[in-house]
Amino acid sequence: MIKRRVVLHFPKELVDKPIVYRLVKDFDLEFNILKAEVSPKEEGVLVLEIKGNDEEFLKGIEYLKNTGVKVQPLSQDVSMDRSRCVDCGVCIPLCPTQALVRNKVSWEVEFIKERCIACGICVSGCPYKAMSIKF
Amino acid sequence: MKTIEEINKKIKEGKVVVVTAEEILDIVKEKGAKKTAQLVDVVTTATFGPMCSSGIYFNIGYTKPRIKLGGGKVTLNKVPCYPGFAAADLVLGASSLPEEDPRNQVYPGEFRYGGGHVIQELVEGKDLILEATAYGTDCYPRKYLKTYINIKDLNEAVLFNLRNCYQNYNVAVNTSSRVIYTYMGILKPNLGNANYATCGKLSPLFNDPYYKTIGIGTKIFLAGTTGFIAWWGTQHNPSVERTEKGIPKFPAATLALIGNLKEMSSKWLVGTSLYGYGVSLSVGIGIPIPILDEEILSYVCIEEKDIISPVVDYSSSYPQGKEDILGFTSYAELKSGRIKIGNKEIPTGCLSSIKKAREIANILKNWIKEGRFFLSKPVASIPSADSGYSFKPLKERKVEND
Repeated sequence: MIKRRVVLHFPKELVDKPIVYRLVKDFDLEFNILKAEVSPKEEGVLVLEIKGNDEEFLKGIEYLKNTGVKVQPLSQDVSMDRSRCVDCGVCIPLCPTQALVRNKVSWEVEFIKERCIACGICVSGCPYKAMSIKF
Repeated sequence: MKTIEEINKKIKEGKVVVVTAEEILDIVKEKGAKKTAQLVDVVTTATFGPMCSSGIYFNIGYTKPRIKLGGGKVTLNKVPCYPGFAAADLVLGASSLPEEDPRNQVYPGEFRYGGGHVIQELVEGKDLILEATAYGTDCYPRKYLKTYINIKDLNEAVLFNLRNCYQNYNVAVNTSSRVIYTYMGILKPNLGNANYATCGKLSPLFNDPYYKTIGIGTKIFLAGTTGFIAWWGTQHNPSVERTEKGIPKFPAATLALIGNLKEMSSKWLVGTSLYGYGVSLSVGIGIPIPILDEEILSYVCIEEKDIISPVVDYSSSYPQGKEDILGFTSYAELKSGRIKIGNKEIPTGCLSSIKKAREIANILKNWIKEGRFFLSKPVASIPSADSGYSFKPLKERKVEND
């Protein structure tokens, strides 16, 4: 069993095609949509949490890639620039998945990538531009 | 009983005992008040956070032919400066924005660059573009100037803060059903978060609540160098209700600070972007408190649980200028990460950096220990709780025949 968060980029020509449902139909994968967006350039971004059999998971990802969808693991997309962070913690209550937490001893703000769903609210909420997101 | 002179003598002899406002608590628990007041000479306090009422003034020197900037228009990296002082003196405030910034026309605005960022870059030693237009006079004929300037070439560059080091501040919440964007950060709907702004126990004025040692002329740590308290800050409001231990229950005293920008570090002067609100400058400040007697010691022994702040609704009361509050909460609760309002537990966020404040309190401690920083006696007091001094809202009067 595997559970992974991935970012799918749909080029303009694929945005109106049904693709993701086949993950369920052909590969018996479970998915949860964390974020979905179509940009003004008509490219689509979909953030999914996918759960299922290891082998089927890889096949499913392979299928997506073959259709022309670009697949990226989620954790690469949000990052914290430690040189900009001042450890104020104004981001902590904004994060819906507790991916930003306070170390109560050092009083540092820690970013737990595995919990991040790339919603991007910390990017707007950080006064020091320490958080960035790239899809 | 000790005097500032005696403490300075100890600093010179390398015998001074200095601890931070956090460290003093364990010492007094272990040794008792009487012994501690004899043993400890100085307690250091500190804060680091966005302080919008910060600004700089600087003198660019004369051009050939001369140009009179006063009455003209001047920008630094496209951010407007205030040129209303003579020919070559300029003032730049942390909240100034480039004319072309869309502000909140695309709501919420991002406010990526403004006065605070220009000040940070100037301190970092970057070349900045100064552009000026003037009207020209017989003695100052030039009408246009565009040049790089660098802090090292300026005659004077001074940080001057009209109001900072707030003694207590609101805890901001949002009771409405939509997200709001404030100077207290992004506030989620339906009491989604509660944001506070001071460093609590470490914050300077909580440790000297009646300003018995802190006054005009007090030498301080200001953004990496020594600075001074120039005056009390604007909106100084010392007459608000206080707790038994003398801690104001509402925002109270403020300080106006001054120091040499050329000696400061961008580690402690950081341009900030408050989403949907504007730009600001985060400033690092440290203030030493001489432990002259047991009374002064009792003030620095204040704990987080003794500091309480009003919870204010920034979706209605604050913008409408109403004084009603949702209740009080303590810094012990705020720093635990959650506060309770009614039956609801709300996660807290902090605008100030307690980690950076700790770092400053320790730097100031080491400066004093190493004999690099001597204490100064205030040359005048700032208005205290019994002064009758208070902050007034604007009385608007209708302008006739407008």
